[in-house]
Amino acid sequence: MDDREIRSAIEELINAYGECLDDDRLEEWPDFFTDDCLYQILPRENADQGLRIAIIYCDSRGMLQDRVTAHRTANLFAPHLYRHLMSGVRIGSRQDGVISARTNYSVFRTAIDPIHYGATEIYSVGEYIDKIVFVGDVPKFKERVVMADTSRIQSLLVTPI
Amino acid sequence: MAAFNAQSRSEVAWPAEGVARVPYPVFFDSAIYALEQERLFRGPVWNYVALEAEVPKPGDFKATFVGETPIVINRGKDGALHAFVNRCAHRGALVCRELRGNRLSHLCIYHQWSYDLEGNLIGVPFRKGIDGNGGYAPDFDASQHSLHKLRIAASHGLVFVSFAEEVEPLEDYIGPVMRPWLDRVFNRPVKVLGYARQWIGGNWKLYNENVRDPYHASLLHLFNATFRLARSSQIGGSLADARGRHSLLHGYQREAEGETAAYTAEGIKTYQAKYALADPSLMETRQEYEIALTFSIHAIFPCLVVQQISNTLAARQIVPKGPDAFELIFTFFGYEDDDEEMRAMRIKQANLVGPAGFISLEDGHAIELVQQAIVRDREASSFIELGGRDIGSQAHLVTESSIRGFWQHYRELMGFN
Repeated sequence: MDDREIRSAIEELINAYGECLDDDRLEEWPDFFTDDCLYQILPRENADQGLRIAIIYCDSRGMLQDRVTAHRTANLFAPHLYRHLMSGVRIGSRQDGVISARTNYSVFRTAIDPIHYGATEIYSVGEYIDKIVFVGDVPKFKERVVMADTSRIQSLLVTPI
Repeated sequence: MAAFNAQSRSEVAWPAEGVARVPYPVFFDSAIYALEQERLFRGPVWNYVALEAEVPKPGDFKATFVGETPIVINRGKDGALHAFVNRCAHRGALVCRELRGNRLSHLCIYHQWSYDLEGNLIGVPFRKGIDGNGGYAPDFDASQHSLHKLRIAASHGLVFVSFAEEVEPLEDYIGPVMRPWLDRVFNRPVKVLGYARQWIGGNWKLYNENVRDPYHASLLHLFNATFRLARSSQIGGSLADARGRHSLLHGYQREAEGETAAYTAEGIKTYQAKYALADPSLMETRQEYEIALTFSIHAIFPCLVVQQISNTLAARQIVPKGPDAFELIFTFFGYEDDDEEMRAMRIKQANLVGPAGFISLEDGHAIELVQQAIVRDREASSFIELGGRDIGSQAHLVTESSIRGFWQHYRELMGFN
């Protein structure tokens, strides 16, 4: 693959990821990652101080699946919709087949509970800091750090960003 | 406005059933909320504000709140802690404009009045005027213009602040019932691992009820049951201090069969036992205390919760933001001498708690559900009779006695009889 094809595949990965979550196809969400992945939502407040506590921390594909199972069968929360907006994909270094990328994101959350039905809020803003590998022709996240500028979480966080 | 206040407050007629009922206006009435700021948060209580580990060195400061009043705590050059209201003695501007950091003095940027780490005024520009013009009168006395200093004390590595002169010493306030349990968690120096912030659209007291409520644990939080993990029918209990204000909920693990029996017998939906974790490493724990509790939730009136859930440790600060919202700030910590495996375990287990916690995220939702439903009805009240109508310790988890204890102390401080 030449650089243009790689960029195009990575942009498609990043956009398809957001679409998957916005369409509530959570069961497909772990497929965007390699088996030995790292996914975390890390408040910038912590990262800037070198602190490691994350809001969600998954260091395997199994942990991603467990998040989905809990979301579907265990956790209780106000029903809502997400809308991801991504922009400014920057593809950085490539080392040993691992490609770095950074992308700004914002997530709007729209309530569909009977009290706040239809109300939208800016739920989370930040950037994705990714390490991507190609498995055959398919790019996957080996590491996806959701570096969240938004550290004050409204109500709760149950749906991945 | 006077009419509004009179109506708002005088109508808190507590039901005859006492602490087994809570009239809903205490959760939504803005006049009651304002009164709480005076009588409760600025009253004879110790408000948790920080871990000592957050301000280890001289000059280290943290901006935080007592109730809704912005304050600053810092460590002086002599190593002692100091606290003051974060408001310039000149014209009322916020002096400290950063969340945390290290400074050897604090400067109000509005007119550059500066203060030392104890809150004393040490610099006033143009005090004697310019070329004989203006300035302050010769009798200007800088010592009369300190920042509003607050009482500050630390115990178990936890820092508390009080507005009140008459409050008992901190050790007595924590009291003999709670002290040994804090000794257990704070048995050696701790290290901050990170923060999480959750903004919940409900009254701050609903959260105080929540952390004193073992009833909801297995019924609202379905994660453990869904994945066949330890449930709260396990052995445990609810300890209360003599005045009811503080509480410890704690649980030991019990044999799996005995535990599930109580649920299956009642056909409670929380016992599903259908799923297994795809990655069970989340539940790998290390036994690190002599008293092997799977969880211990220490609630210190009015705004601190210290949690130990497996190996996750956190201090949670409850910061009220009006009658219908509060911020919950989690400060996760471990011990300074944790090895890397232990630290990694704590970071992974943090998935269980906090704003996205598998066994805690519902709390934010449940509290908002209450706040959304209780509007307007001044005569209506909640019903809190699980495990009786009294306060005090109980050697099981099927009780709301600690919630009643909270309300007993609340009524005492607020004068709601």
